[in-house]
Amino acid sequence: MPEIDIVENIMDANDQIAARVRQQLDAAGVLGLNLMASPGAGKTSVLTATVNALKDELRLAALDGDVHPVDVEKIARTGIPVELINTGGDCHLDANKLIHALPTLDLSQVDLLLVENVGNLICPAAFALGTHFNVVIASIAEGDDKPYKYPAMYRGADVLLLNKIDMLQYQEFDLDYFRHGVEVLNPGLTFFPLSARTGEGLPAWLDWVRARVAERRAASEA
Amino acid sequence: MHELSITQNLLALALQHAEPAGVRQITTLHLVIGELSSVVDDSVQFYWDFVSKGTIAEGARLHFERIPAAFRCLDCQTEFGRNDRYQCPACGSGHVTISAGEEFFLKSIEVEE
Repeated sequence: MPEIDIVENIMDANDQIAARVRQQLDAAGVLGLNLMASPGAGKTSVLTATVNALKDELRLAALDGDVHPVDVEKIARTGIPVELINTGGDCHLDANKLIHALPTLDLSQVDLLLVENVGNLICPAAFALGTHFNVVIASIAEGDDKPYKYPAMYRGADVLLLNKIDMLQYQEFDLDYFRHGVEVLNPGLTFFPLSARTGEGLPAWLDWVRARVAERRAASEA
Repeated sequence: MHELSITQNLLALALQHAEPAGVRQITTLHLVIGELSSVVDDSVQFYWDFVSKGTIAEGARLHFERIPAAFRCLDCQTEFGRNDRYQCPACGSGHVTISAGEEFFLKSIEVEE
């Protein structure tokens, strides 16, 4: 029987749409961040803490992949434009859902777009969105073994936040073990331990965001 | 439950190669899936039968070549499988790297012309 050789990534169709998302963001000079984490790690808390710290100096917007608008309402209280991408029960966002949500925002009025993915450490890792950086948010509460259980998520991260470090005194969490797993999967990964609740560690993360926004702006003006 | 979206991507990729070649029917898809890549279990065949309905790939069989995760010690060069410390079983070094298991591609399709 005839056989046709292909040898192409299964996610090619998604990746092609992700490339169009990236073009739209770049054309508008918008930096896009894809926030991924397990449920309860603090995606919305990190997002709102980031927004509250930066909203006076940058033009921000958010998209939230979810089945319920409760997080959207929390984000909306910060005063920035935010829209729900209702995933209809799907466990992840994909590039197609994002490209359909982009027209709900006026990208010409945005410097930084924060996309909150669905809480899940497996499925979102397979779907590129076209945003510029994958931000993985781990937390003390979920334990130190996640890089060993969910390698693809950590492998695909561009920056890693470790949230809830104020809980280190209450919970056993072997930071060396956690960091070793991360280092094997993703050597040299940019890492910010922080607490969205107390604000500890937040300034270094905010500086990272500021620097990336400035780079994106410079690139779009060039 | 990302298998449905993955099969939709898979179908798009297979059709993109089969249609220009004038293929009448796709009978088998050969997939290469690494242990460390996205989870794709046998339920994919179920979703496949659903999404491929009415296309030239309807009824095609999905054939999986599974690639186990492999790590290599950068100190003593030992190759080893996944363990829960990402540590070399021979010399105990944590200075290790992934050498296989991230594959996630459509290798080929069998067709009737």
